[in-house]
Amino acid sequence: MSVDRVAPLASIAGRGAGSPAAPEPHAARNPGVPLNREWFHEARVNLSGAERRAATLTTRRSLKKEWQAAWLLKAITCIDLTTLSGDDTPERVHRLCAKAKTPLRPDLLQALGFAEPLQVAAVCVYPTMVRPAVKALRGSGIPVASVATGFPAGLMPLKLRLDEIRYAVGEGAGDIDIVITRGHVFRQEWAALYDEMAAMREAAGKAHLKAILATGELKTLRSVYKAAMVAMMAGADFVKTSTGKEAVNATLPVSLVMVRAIRDYLERTGFPVGFKPAGGLSAAKDALAWQILMKEELGRDWLEPSLFRIGASSLLADIERQIEHFVTGRYSSAMRHPPG
Amino acid sequence: MTAVKEIFQTMEYGPAPEADAAVRDWLAAHEAGFGHFIGGRFLAPQEGGAFETLSPVNGAALARVAQGSAADIDAAVAAAKKALAKWAGLSGHVRARYLYAVARLIQKRARFFAVLESLDNGKPIRESRDIDLPLVARHFTHHAGWAELMESEFAGYGPLGVCGQIIPWNFPFMMLAWKLAPALAAGNTVVLKPAEQTPLTALAFAELLGEAGLPSGVVNIVTGDGQTGAALVAHEDVAKVAFTGSTDVGRKIRAALAGTGKKLSLELGGKSPFIVFDDADLDAAVEGLVDSIFFNQGEVCCAGSRLLVQESVAERLHDKLRRRMAKLRLGEPLDKSTDIGPLVDAAQLSRVRALVEAGCREGAACWQPDATVPKAGFYFPPTLLTEVAPASIVAQEEIFGPVLASMSFRTPDEAVMLANHSRYGLAASLWTENVNLALHVAARLRAGTVWVNAANLFDAAAGFGGVKESGFGREGGREGMWEYLRPLSAPGRKKPARLPEPDFSVAPAFRAPADKNGLPRLDRTAKLYIGGRQARPDGGHVYSVRSPGGIEVGQAPLGGRKDIRNAVEAAHKAAGWTAMSGHQRAQVLYYLAENLEARGEGFAEGLREMCGAPRKEAEAEVAAAIRRIFLYAAYADKYDGRVHSTLARHVTLAMPEPHGVMGILCPSQAPLLAFVSLVTPAIAMGNRVVAAPSALWPLAATDFYQLLDTSDVPGGVVNIVTGDPAELGATIGGHEDIAAAWHFSGPRGLADFERAAAGNLKPVWACDGRLLDWAGPAGEGEAFLRHATQVKNIWIPYGE
Repeated sequence: MSVDRVAPLASIAGRGAGSPAAPEPHAARNPGVPLNREWFHEARVNLSGAERRAATLTTRRSLKKEWQAAWLLKAITCIDLTTLSGDDTPERVHRLCAKAKTPLRPDLLQALGFAEPLQVAAVCVYPTMVRPAVKALRGSGIPVASVATGFPAGLMPLKLRLDEIRYAVGEGAGDIDIVITRGHVFRQEWAALYDEMAAMREAAGKAHLKAILATGELKTLRSVYKAAMVAMMAGADFVKTSTGKEAVNATLPVSLVMVRAIRDYLERTGFPVGFKPAGGLSAAKDALAWQILMKEELGRDWLEPSLFRIGASSLLADIERQIEHFVTGRYSSAMRHPPG
Repeated sequence: MTAVKEIFQTMEYGPAPEADAAVRDWLAAHEAGFGHFIGGRFLAPQEGGAFETLSPVNGAALARVAQGSAADIDAAVAAAKKALAKWAGLSGHVRARYLYAVARLIQKRARFFAVLESLDNGKPIRESRDIDLPLVARHFTHHAGWAELMESEFAGYGPLGVCGQIIPWNFPFMMLAWKLAPALAAGNTVVLKPAEQTPLTALAFAELLGEAGLPSGVVNIVTGDGQTGAALVAHEDVAKVAFTGSTDVGRKIRAALAGTGKKLSLELGGKSPFIVFDDADLDAAVEGLVDSIFFNQGEVCCAGSRLLVQESVAERLHDKLRRRMAKLRLGEPLDKSTDIGPLVDAAQLSRVRALVEAGCREGAACWQPDATVPKAGFYFPPTLLTEVAPASIVAQEEIFGPVLASMSFRTPDEAVMLANHSRYGLAASLWTENVNLALHVAARLRAGTVWVNAANLFDAAAGFGGVKESGFGREGGREGMWEYLRPLSAPGRKKPARLPEPDFSVAPAFRAPADKNGLPRLDRTAKLYIGGRQARPDGGHVYSVRSPGGIEVGQAPLGGRKDIRNAVEAAHKAAGWTAMSGHQRAQVLYYLAENLEARGEGFAEGLREMCGAPRKEAEAEVAAAIRRIFLYAAYADKYDGRVHSTLARHVTLAMPEPHGVMGILCPSQAPLLAFVSLVTPAIAMGNRVVAAPSALWPLAATDFYQLLDTSDVPGGVVNIVTGDPAELGATIGGHEDIAAAWHFSGPRGLADFERAAAGNLKPVWACDGRLLDWAGPAGEGEAFLRHATQVKNIWIPYGE
């Protein structure tokens, strides 16, 4: 792979690191760059190598006691609290939003020395649920993320997909989670993938764009790397693993490859792009594993919601239980924490 | 206590200590000190006293252990000897049950041993817990299997006797397993000496053996330093010595055992290349380096300590590596988030420091991350040296610390050249996504183990060991079992024929040759055969070849040092032979047999005249020689390797590879058959040989070179130097460019030969060829092929 320009990672150091006071989500946007196949067409990803690294990430780092509690609190602030079901209703969304505003029992938060409230990063819903979500979250500052573009398959005509984005933005969505056309990746139609993404970015306007790669369907890590790179070139603010509807959702090896693509893109352009694993992160230890991945492979900045989101619906409940255990020393029960 | 809120801002890792109370309690219970484990009991040392084993974290004493003396070694060897008959007499199945119990008990008590290992050695608990201990249990389980299969898989083979085993401090428990498991599976009993820096897991293991119910005396553990080891090596009742450690000590052991007939395996130092091609997954390669040179503080004999990176990606790889190195955490070994612990002791730390400083003085650019290095303890930060010249001390010497020396290359050929340009040959790692390149380079690397797109993978089913000055012999797998076995009976052995000693005097022999058919005998001139050409001996002398009746049947060149030198050089030039397919070599060998048959009568007549053998016997020898050539022609494309069953989704190719250039000293008797029996298996496997034929009756071999000429055996594949085996042997044994040697010329000169072989640590197969019935089964078979090859294990993980 030829390298045109390598900006050292240090060039962005300090931009987010150690800016503790509830960092502004989306501090900077990725403007994208012209499509450049040289950055990825000879991408090499060795599966066994990726698996070995993924398998040892969590055995090399261990978080105990207050460190674990602090990291789990941080994880809460990175959650895109999600409901994406056919049976979603405004009432259901309303309940979720209430949870988003108060993800952790105030007494627990207080016991951990936090005076100010803690919130999740966003609430993620279907386009028709954006309006009730916006209403429910008014005043909280929590953005609503909407999936769009014929989620989860993404095989609607492009015009309709773009219209759907505009609709969701019009309803008040601050984040748009789009799905890419997997067929473009299989056929290596990079220009088509790039153009489509760029059009979506434009349709989203000020809303931030997360590109879902549906990695469980792309299958090979090389395809994942290439798709991630094209999405970033086309201006994705985040790359996201999965819709949650594929047979295989976020895995550590896939995430590792996407995170390394983010690193390579940063080196080449200086633009930090965010990462969002989605689907399959349901236990507190999963959150810790992905946080360790972010810190080890990208750095401190990628532990903040400006650059790291976790798409999850049931994860929060487990984190709540673990935090209560830390506070009280007794193993907790889900029923002790309000549902979302 | 750090507030959660503060951590929430810094997002640092906190301490994550592994509990060590149970191990500390155990150490406290042994505060009085440990004895030697002999005959199933801990015994106080008979003399020599005790010494302390120290914590690498703070230099504090962990325990007192006994300093083994010669008397202690005597007692241990006696106990092992006493236990031998019964242990060896058990069925494989019963030994398998014991080994299985050991494996299971290790698994059950794994955390105890992992903590103890990290305390004593300083390695991070992640490594002792996730790598060392699982491999220890795996090794015993695997070898429980070999014990079970002994009778069927190694029919006709049995144990050697009492084995003396000496292990290093870098993987104390794992090396114990690698040594003990195959020895015990085969039915040997053992005296093991752990390293003086790290004896504790071995002592705890002795207690576990009691739990497993292993019979007393089967395993004996004597602690102590190098002197203790030397006493063990020197003990006359030890049948085999297995050593893992430095090349210098290995060389001393080789020399000490010269001429004793004791079996020896050595796993020594390395300066293993880590080759990154421009089409590699560079991020994966960086992690490979972390697993390679920053694993176990770099105190790994097979550490990829020489980075060879293709020029076009060198800068990019260095950048990625530096960034990764900055993430490595130095710290308390028992902390679960520690990547690099302290070096084992102060001596090792100063050695590493001195080598790095010397490398920098020679012009290497040194980079170390701003890592927090603990003040106390023997810590050394991960270090990248770039702009390293191949001649630099840091590119040549084994550093045994977290220090990587980087060099670049332009082409695959250059990568192979640089990789092989080392006295060592333990392991190599190569990184490319191109399967053609990977396999081509893997085949050309001179190393016992090659990892493709991986590093430091181990498994009990695959042999591990080196070539060149990294030692010889394998540990693990089928190939490792051979190190602890011998043929149960020697049916082919017979009383040595009482042959006259050859007379190497060079003055004219005052004895007229016999007339033939009334005509004066037509004089024939035998020469040396070097590089496919007949050559006069450099010294310009010949000696008389006489029949048993004292009749001079001709003269043979009295070869010497320079002739061996020339022969070795010619053999090196004949590398094309090694590159040929087995089938191609088979064709040449069959043709050789064909031509021997065509000239069989002449050979028989020559043997009859030279050896005074009855016609029938001479004809039988020729016929046997023809059959033997056929045998190895047949094997040439059939003695192939295996695919070991190691890890899931890995192909581990165990490939028997020829040594390269071999030296062969033939016995005096059976001058044609023994020569053929030794030379043909060697060349069938692809070696090129320098052979010293029967000193007494060399003319069969000198006649033979005419056959080589007419049979398309390329020049330099077989080189024949006649002369005094003691003198030729001294040159062959000491020759740095001969990779392996077979000493079949009898006990005379063997000790000197093996001492000389300690120089480049060439493996020597020494056999009293006089005692072999060359016409019988002992004169042929797979053992010859096994000794003509070494197994290279190539690990190829796959998946897309």
